[in-house]
Amino acid sequence: MKKMSKLSAVYLIVVFFILYAPIFYLIFYSFNSGGTMYQFEGFTFDWYKELFKDSRLLIIVLNTIIIALLSAAISTIIGVAGALAIAYSRKRRVKNTLLSLNNVLIVSPDVIIGASFLILFTMIGIKLGLISVLLSHIAFCVPIVVIMVLPKIEEMSPTMMFAALDLGASRWDVLSKVVLPYITPGIFAGFFMALTYSLDDFAVTFFVTGNGFTTLSVEIYSLARRGVSLNINALSTILFIFTMILVIGYYYIAKRNRPNGMGDRR
Amino acid sequence: MRNTSRNFYLIPYVLWIILFVVTPLFLVLYYSFFDIEGHFTLDNYKKFFTTVYLGMTLSSFWYAFLITLFTLIIAYPTAYLLTKTKHKQLWLLLIILPSWINLLLKAYAFLGIFGTYRAANSFLKMIGIGSKQLLFTDFSFIFVSVYIFLPFMILPIFNALNELNPSLVDAAHDLGGSSWTTFRRVIFPLTLDGVKSGCQVVFIPSLSLFMLTRLIAGNRVITLGTAIEQHFLVTQDWGMGSTIAVFLIIAMVIIMIVTGKKVVSKVL
Repeated sequence: MKKMSKLSAVYLIVVFFILYAPIFYLIFYSFNSGGTMYQFEGFTFDWYKELFKDSRLLIIVLNTIIIALLSAAISTIIGVAGALAIAYSRKRRVKNTLLSLNNVLIVSPDVIIGASFLILFTMIGIKLGLISVLLSHIAFCVPIVVIMVLPKIEEMSPTMMFAALDLGASRWDVLSKVVLPYITPGIFAGFFMALTYSLDDFAVTFFVTGNGFTTLSVEIYSLARRGVSLNINALSTILFIFTMILVIGYYYIAKRNRPNGMGDRR
Repeated sequence: MRNTSRNFYLIPYVLWIILFVVTPLFLVLYYSFFDIEGHFTLDNYKKFFTTVYLGMTLSSFWYAFLITLFTLIIAYPTAYLLTKTKHKQLWLLLIILPSWINLLLKAYAFLGIFGTYRAANSFLKMIGIGSKQLLFTDFSFIFVSVYIFLPFMILPIFNALNELNPSLVDAAHDLGGSSWTTFRRVIFPLTLDGVKSGCQVVFIPSLSLFMLTRLIAGNRVITLGTAIEQHFLVTQDWGMGSTIAVFLIIAMVIIMIVTGKKVVSKVL
């Protein structure tokens, strides 16, 4: 391989700089004792202290985490069932239709999802709040889980199932003792992905959340609309660290997810 | 698996499809035929074809086009150079990492950064040079959008380049192709699928970025998404909002057909 030219290295460094500068800029000013994001006056932890004293915000964080965990768990169950349904549908047309319908919510802009869910919940009379947010998070996480789990099912050799059936396993046994253990890494990856989608979502939640209930993204939006306040900077530092932990966790799972030889379709 | 067990998997999944995929789309279509008082009407469609809404749609597409174009121009060389680095997977991870940070925090960071310019501007004004307003302009909106979408564009192009067989490039060189010819005739056509996927993940969401237009562009830039949000949550005119949504869905379908059906998830 040729060594990279200086120009290329500079280009990459500039791109990396631009990608990371805003994030570190936020973190840097979270320690500013002055109240602005352009004049660093002195070092302080005050914004963090204020953050941890703000019980309303802590409840919002808790809400966000509960919504994320619940929606990730439930959407993983539905998504795995969906992936199995798609993988084992024998007619090609059924399979393609299911896949297309599955992908609708992945490619739809968040605004469309949010607006249409708002109509849906109002029509069937679900009060806007925790339940409507939870339901919509489950709804848009399901296709992501399907996308993450499906390749794992399809790479599995059907001979493993036939072997199990030949050895007298019931269908339930085949599912619980052969298929599910094999696709477990895919399921974990799907769960993680659903978790991050739910934690990250703003637009859909913004539409279906009522007056009483807020998640972190919505709260950041309404704070940011009021202008700069260094509480948000402190919050972003904490979220940055948290995101790092999540990413490392995800990559740890993804690494184990690589084909491990046994039972792979060749 | 045989029929009985298959039906068992299908039940929750098909219920989900019916309730959260098919029904909402039909409801949007249905609502687009009603005015604010709940009377059946075609007025929303008539209104959409007036200059106000058509102009907005055009400008929304224009912004989305610019955002996609600039993202592509920056992303392609980045992806290409990334494949040449030693620990390319690690570098790729580092490029993707910012995309996992909450979008609103990134937008907020730019509020601060452009605010710095505002401080500089007031200084310039004081000494009599006059100011250039950077926040709340088209430029800042496009800049922040490109910043946010960059990783999503780099990823599919990187994957396409990574799968490209290097012997093809060598062959082109051996046959006397210049670097530019090799790129134009071999590398780019073979990575076109990656470029298309990248454009798809950037173009569709950038039609609907209402939070950026609100936070960064200070309501100066109105995209289709902003208009939908406005109609649904501010003026409560769901009919008009749904009509715009119908056109956004149509636009989305057209883009999907142009860029190919392959779906890329937003993160990895």
